[in-house]
Amino acid sequence: MVMAGSQRAMRKYKVWMRHRYCSCCNRLGELLVHPTFQVKELALGTLMKFVQLEGAHPLEQPKWEGHYLFPRTLFRAVVGGLLSPTDDQSLLLSQFREYLEFDDVRYHTMQAASDAVAQVTNQQPEPPLTFWNNAFALLCAVSLPLQEQDLSSFYVKHAELLDKWKVTHLREHRKVFQTMWLSFLKHKLPVSLYKKVLMVMHDSILPHLAQPTLMIDFLTSACDVGGAISLLALNGLFILIHKHNLEHPDFYRKLYGLLDPSVFHVKYRARFFHLADLFLSSSHLPAYLVAAFAKRLSRLALTAPPEALLMVLPFICNLLRRHPACRVLVHRPQGPELDTDPYDPEEEDPAQSRALDSCLWELQTLQRHYHPEVSKAASVINQALSVPEVSIAPLLELTAYEVFEQDLKKKGPEPVPLEFIPAQGLLGRRDDLCAQFFTLS
Amino acid sequence: MGKARPRAARRPAPRAPAGARGSAARANPNPFEVKVNRQKFQILGRKARHDVGLPGVARARAIRKRTQTLLKEYKDRDKSNVFTDKRFGEYNSNISPEEKMMKRFALEQQRHHEKKSIYNLNEDEELTHYGQSLADIEKHNDIVDSDSDAEERGMLSAELTAAHFGGRGLLHKKTSQQEGEEGGKPKSRKELIEELIAKSKQEKRERQAQREDALELTEKLDQDWKEIQTLLSHKTPKSEKKEKKENPKPDAYDMMVRELGFEMKAQPSNRMKTEEELAKEEQERLRKLETERLRRMLGKEDESVKKPKHMSADDLNDGFVLDKDDRRLLSYKDGKMNVEEDVHEELSRETGSHGNNEEESEDESGDPDSHSDLDSSAESGDPDNHSDLDSSAESGEENKKPQREQGQTPGKRLRSDQNTPKAARAELPYTFAVAPESYEELRSVLSGRSMEEQLLVVERIQKCNHPSLAVGNKEKLEKLFGFLLEYVGDLATSDPPNLKVIDKLVVQLYNLCQLFPESASSSMQFVLRDAMHEMEEMIETKGRAAFPGLDVLIYLKIVGLLFPTSDFRHPVVTPALMCLSQLLTKCPVLSLQDVVKGLFVCCLFLECVALSHRFIPEVINFLLGILYIATPNKQSQGSTLVHPFRALGKNSELLLVSDAEDVATWQRGSLPLRWASGPRAPTATEANHARLSCLAVCLALLRHCTIIYGTLPSFHAVTRPLQALLTQHLTDCSHPHELQELFQSTLAEMENQKQLYRPLLCEKSKPVPLKLFTPRLVKVLEFGRKQGSSKEEQERKRLIHKHKREFKGAVREIRKDNQFLARMQLSEIMERDAERKRRVKQLFNSLATQEGEWKALKRKKFKK
Repeated sequence: MVMAGSQRAMRKYKVWMRHRYCSCCNRLGELLVHPTFQVKELALGTLMKFVQLEGAHPLEQPKWEGHYLFPRTLFRAVVGGLLSPTDDQSLLLSQFREYLEFDDVRYHTMQAASDAVAQVTNQQPEPPLTFWNNAFALLCAVSLPLQEQDLSSFYVKHAELLDKWKVTHLREHRKVFQTMWLSFLKHKLPVSLYKKVLMVMHDSILPHLAQPTLMIDFLTSACDVGGAISLLALNGLFILIHKHNLEHPDFYRKLYGLLDPSVFHVKYRARFFHLADLFLSSSHLPAYLVAAFAKRLSRLALTAPPEALLMVLPFICNLLRRHPACRVLVHRPQGPELDTDPYDPEEEDPAQSRALDSCLWELQTLQRHYHPEVSKAASVINQALSVPEVSIAPLLELTAYEVFEQDLKKKGPEPVPLEFIPAQGLLGRRDDLCAQFFTLS
Repeated sequence: MGKARPRAARRPAPRAPAGARGSAARANPNPFEVKVNRQKFQILGRKARHDVGLPGVARARAIRKRTQTLLKEYKDRDKSNVFTDKRFGEYNSNISPEEKMMKRFALEQQRHHEKKSIYNLNEDEELTHYGQSLADIEKHNDIVDSDSDAEERGMLSAELTAAHFGGRGLLHKKTSQQEGEEGGKPKSRKELIEELIAKSKQEKRERQAQREDALELTEKLDQDWKEIQTLLSHKTPKSEKKEKKENPKPDAYDMMVRELGFEMKAQPSNRMKTEEELAKEEQERLRKLETERLRRMLGKEDESVKKPKHMSADDLNDGFVLDKDDRRLLSYKDGKMNVEEDVHEELSRETGSHGNNEEESEDESGDPDSHSDLDSSAESGDPDNHSDLDSSAESGEENKKPQREQGQTPGKRLRSDQNTPKAARAELPYTFAVAPESYEELRSVLSGRSMEEQLLVVERIQKCNHPSLAVGNKEKLEKLFGFLLEYVGDLATSDPPNLKVIDKLVVQLYNLCQLFPESASSSMQFVLRDAMHEMEEMIETKGRAAFPGLDVLIYLKIVGLLFPTSDFRHPVVTPALMCLSQLLTKCPVLSLQDVVKGLFVCCLFLECVALSHRFIPEVINFLLGILYIATPNKQSQGSTLVHPFRALGKNSELLLVSDAEDVATWQRGSLPLRWASGPRAPTATEANHARLSCLAVCLALLRHCTIIYGTLPSFHAVTRPLQALLTQHLTDCSHPHELQELFQSTLAEMENQKQLYRPLLCEKSKPVPLKLFTPRLVKVLEFGRKQGSSKEEQERKRLIHKHKREFKGAVREIRKDNQFLARMQLSEIMERDAERKRRVKQLFNSLATQEGEWKALKRKKFKK
């Protein structure tokens, strides 16, 4: 009786204790969005400690021997707190990053994150930007190992690791990773986030997907957006085409369409030309395509600033070097004299642009560019092109300021030449342009 | 037939070596002596050297040689005494025979003159004349006078010889005549000789007297001449001095001739150049400079035609570095210009001193102008220097400066002299001996003064610190350039910008720059770097830059004024172009002010390429953008717009004028630069007028571009978007009439630029030779050589082979020598034996005779 009574009391106590524990956890979960960072940090630390202990001493009995147990509900609450739609959790997420080193935490984070994203987007159709930022930060923080190895660094200590547990297989990890990203990307993302995702797409997402081809839809839709986004999407697409046998008939056409005068002025210039160099590096591309690119680039070069010209001129020359069939663009011995340039700049299809019938008169024009280095670079086509390609990697990041500094440092052998027509006034002589159009008063 | 050919081939063979062998073989054409070594096989490439020989001749030669050398040695083998020739240089082949003889003679003479004994003091060396001892000659009474006539002497000697050596003939006839005159009685030989001697003595005396008379006469003549000469010549003392010496007459004459020859002549001076010639020279100089500029424009690296230093238009070689050709320039410029300058200076000084005399006198000591005046007046006062030509050497230093001023700033001087009010000048100190050491100093000196005063101050600072006046002045003036630049920047940023002063200061800057190109360019570079750096920082932080203040634009303009903009690469201009390009590409146009600035930058850019006609994409882009923001009804032209302009946005209609009234009242005019500087809130009408003016300038610049870029191969590709925009403008008729016309003409000009697209061609490069498998040449076919070894090894083998052959030859020679000797010994022995036999026989003979006689005697006795 006493035993039964004590047992009941014990049970009551346990129930009460569990209630306290639950409310404590809830409270801590609420504190994850506390305005003070120290509080957040402490709450996270405590919760993670709870996760570890609860994993080691599960609240319920395992159903069978070797059943894998993880405090999923508690952990989900933690992740839900991290993916707060209201607060910027980037600092906390960087704290959380150290837990992601553990394989089981990572696995369950991925699961919990996809659930949390689904939950938030269900609740409100247009989640705020902070949520997306938090989600992206968390998703980016997850990085899978590339090589298959035993995933044995567990946060929750187990006596032994069983092979049948899903959490011990990289394949399973990849699957979860894929679902996580797909669930994230299926929503309409803000533009800035789009760019960020596309930036990391090629080296931290695509290699870890179980089925990279599932990204095709996302990438093609991104590709159609235009501007910098399509440019960034091209990189991912190229990997799919290159490594995963994706058939994308319009890839080069898209790339061709991306070439407009602004490419020389945008922030992503170096990246764009690096990629373009990569895309066009194959020597199996048809000659008409390469010719169209060369012609288009040289057309655009007519509007480019010198620092971009110093990069794009060797780029064009490299194209011609790679594809001897395109050398007719700079060397057409028995060509007829033409009244107009056969090249059609408005045509979107490189195949129809008739670039192969044209010549690179633009480079000839640029031989008379005011900057000596540009003029020299354009004069390369006057001679037969040398065989080795010029590496454009050091030229990609060239800025106008660097060019300016180089010009300043260059010292000629002769003394500084001087103007021999004496100055008469600020605006010069009467027939000078400045004197014609401007007055001092 | 098979046999005949080799024989025929062989036949000429013997003849060739025989010919080569020379005269010996040709002299001995005895066919029986010729031994032909028959060649069994014809081998290609082998030289047959011993195919023919003369064994008999060779042997004879060998024997002859041995008899001459070996046999002699053999015969002398037991003899030890040697004959040595001790004559001087007998065995020395270096001395030529003549020399040898001379030396020998000298030695003989020396030996002859050596004292017999060192104690004999009286023994003097014997003096000779023509090989005869003078002592001997002195004994004769009749001295043969060298002065006497040759024929006389000859006759006398003939007489003498005849007398002494008993010559007959002519002398004999004479004597016989004398004999006839003096009387019939014959004289004895002794009498005859005595008479002859007496006669010759008498003759000699007569001759002596005669000569003395002649001497006296000449002396008298000299004396007379001297008297006359004193009358004739003014240079008496010299000639008298000369005449004191012996042999005066010819020397004095020579002196006269020489003096006449070396007398100072009036040297021809350089002709004054006429106006046309000066103009021509100037033209030539400009042409030269222009060709130099063209060379730099094309970026040729041709250093051979490069002059040592760039000569600028107004560089009058007054400088501190140059040391070539000063003189020539000075000398031709001196005469007229210098005088003019002096007069000019004095005039200006007078006008100055009218105003304030006492201050003038105070400051005079430091004023370089007054210095130069004083100097020049001192020069003109000098009686020795009749022309400036002479003085150019001494006064070069002083002359340089006025010349420079004369050449460089005549107009400015005149203007400042005329314009400057006297009162204002009086306030200014005349010297600025201490150039400003810092910018603040300069600023404090210049601030608060009127424009003319500022200019005057700067001019005076520059003059007082001319590098030719003191050592440290160069650095001071170099600094002054930087300070002036800074001052110009300050003036440009002030509100309102003081552009008039800058306009005048530019001339000063130009002059300073001509003086110190290096420092000027470096300070210009510094200013540019500063501006660029500022812009770069702004781009890094904000992603875009704003158009800089007016000062940067002014600096860029000054760069274009000071340095040649057409050079392919220039240490200052090229960075400045980069800077301009940055301004046009990185700075978005946000206001009307920016439009004006941008247009000014375009102007600068186009001015920089005015001569070289180089292509500037940025200008085209910018003008396109300006046209775009003035376009009323946009129709999807955004794709061709380049960076700083956006197709849509709040500034995309910046230059749009919608007020019809403003359009009607607009007058075309040039843009004032002050619009570019300060923020100003003009009225709406003014702003609209400004917009239209900007558009007009933009169109004018576009037209200029069309003209200079018309020849570019892809001109139409460049101007296509422009043409589209222009036609769009034209369809919209809201523009004033003048602008409309401008639009039309620009568009027409663009469309009229017909061009042919010529297919591109690479320059023919030298064909690269095909890679061939060149055969490896091994010396296999060379006969008689050891093959397959290195060069050293071959050489060694060759030497060994040679040694072997030489050794063999030597052995053979020795053997032959021995044979020869043996033969000789044998023949000697045979000879001796024969002799002995002969003697024995003789003995036997005599003995037999004796015996026979004795027997006969015995028989006789016996008979008896």
